[in-house]
Amino acid sequence: MDLYSEIILDHFKHPQNKGTLKKADKEAEEINTSCGDEIKVFIKLNKEDYIEKIMFEGQGCAISQATASMLTEKLLGKSKTQVLSLDIDYIKSILKVPIGMGRIKCATLALSAIKRALS
Amino acid sequence: MLVDPKDFPILKQKINGKPLIYLDNAATTQKPRKVINAISNFYTKSNANIHRGIHSLSEKATTAFEESRAKVAAFINAASPKEIVFTKNTTESINLIAKTFGELNIKAGDEIIVSALEHHSNLLPWRMLAEKKKAVLRIIPLNSDFTLNMTEYAKLISDKTRLVAITGMSNVTGTLTPVKRITSLAHKAGAKVLIDGAQYAAHIPTDVQSIDCDFFVFSAHKMLGPTGVGVLYAKKEILETLPPFLYGGDMVKSVQQDRIILNDIPHKFEAGTPNIADVIAFGSAIDYLSEIGMDRIREHDLKLLKFAKEKFSKYKEVALLCPKDLQKSGGTLSFTVKGVHPHDIAEIFNQEGIAIRAGYHCAEPLIRGLKLNSAARMSFYIYNSLDNIKAAEKALKKVLKIFK
Repeated sequence: MDLYSEIILDHFKHPQNKGTLKKADKEAEEINTSCGDEIKVFIKLNKEDYIEKIMFEGQGCAISQATASMLTEKLLGKSKTQVLSLDIDYIKSILKVPIGMGRIKCATLALSAIKRALS
Repeated sequence: MLVDPKDFPILKQKINGKPLIYLDNAATTQKPRKVINAISNFYTKSNANIHRGIHSLSEKATTAFEESRAKVAAFINAASPKEIVFTKNTTESINLIAKTFGELNIKAGDEIIVSALEHHSNLLPWRMLAEKKKAVLRIIPLNSDFTLNMTEYAKLISDKTRLVAITGMSNVTGTLTPVKRITSLAHKAGAKVLIDGAQYAAHIPTDVQSIDCDFFVFSAHKMLGPTGVGVLYAKKEILETLPPFLYGGDMVKSVQQDRIILNDIPHKFEAGTPNIADVIAFGSAIDYLSEIGMDRIREHDLKLLKFAKEKFSKYKEVALLCPKDLQKSGGTLSFTVKGVHPHDIAEIFNQEGIAIRAGYHCAEPLIRGLKLNSAARMSFYIYNSLDNIKAAEKALKKVLKIFK
């Protein structure tokens, strides 16, 4: 299956939850130094440490930006502990396209930022 | 194309079911069979350590190694093979000068001039040296057409300038800098000049005596040779004043209780067993290039670059990052596509079997200075053809279609 699936391109061209969150409890930034992808995430947790709001800012390749957009949808309502246990396999399961070695960093950039914000 | 691609065994393969089109030559070039055979022949027939043995094999290896040095000297028109030091790459050659010439000659308040085009390898050694010595690093800005702003250069240079370290050809924009003028202006101010020839030597007929630069550095692997071999050319009279870079075997003539007697140049700068096989194979790469002729390689580059510029500039979404004047460029064409990250451009080109580079190209200050986060780059060499560029245009159309 092609890397540039309709879903990925749709999220890239029309990202969800893009922007800043003024009263975020947690924020963090990740940069892919080899190609210049940047993701900054803003998270608001409820009292039980569940994600109540999540937004991202950034620029970069279709994979990094689409993943960020998809994650902000998928992780809403998940607990901090749940999110911290996610890894590349989870990303692969939501992207549903083959991710080559060279693109793993792009695909995991948003998750790294989110995990860093939460830990 | 200028050569028979069959000379390059690697080019026979398919990538993603498409014939490989290799357009990442500014990163490294592919190797002709002649060079690959030279490595294999050395280990099959002549392997021994050099400059030490009396036995026949050692003599054979030493002769072949020193022949390579003479070939390199002739290739760049150095006055003597003694002016050629083998290192492991361009980066090491530059660091060698920073650690020897720089340590010896740069003092607090002195100035080093580089340009906005520099690869990290010709920027960081000087930035670190300037920091350490409390010297000042000055940067020549670019004109809007990606050429060097020579008016600003003339203003930056002064009696405080000790060294001008500048690329001969940018690995991003392909810009050819006026190396002769840069050198003569620096010399008038009493400064020494280092030319980073990593791209230049592979694409432009090089004559270090005509340029008159004090140091010229380049890598074998960007000109059909193996990885792991770099060259430092330095004028004999300067090389003789410099302290060793590394200490150990071969750089010393005699080690006594209370003193050591250093070896003569260039051996003084080649401590330890060098990369013998690859230096010898580099000699074969130089033979291969010389048989074609660097003038013809330059012509070929210009033909490909002109064609690529024509093809790519047709698209309004595409911005070319190269000098307008064809003659001011080497065979490298960087570009961006509006709304598409260069990583995605490279990915789609790869789906079509075309290898290009995307990213900072180890020149982050340059890319950021151009207000970009990344750029895509096609870089050409002797085995590329006009058909390769037509294929690249087809891949570009695919990029535009996917991201429309």
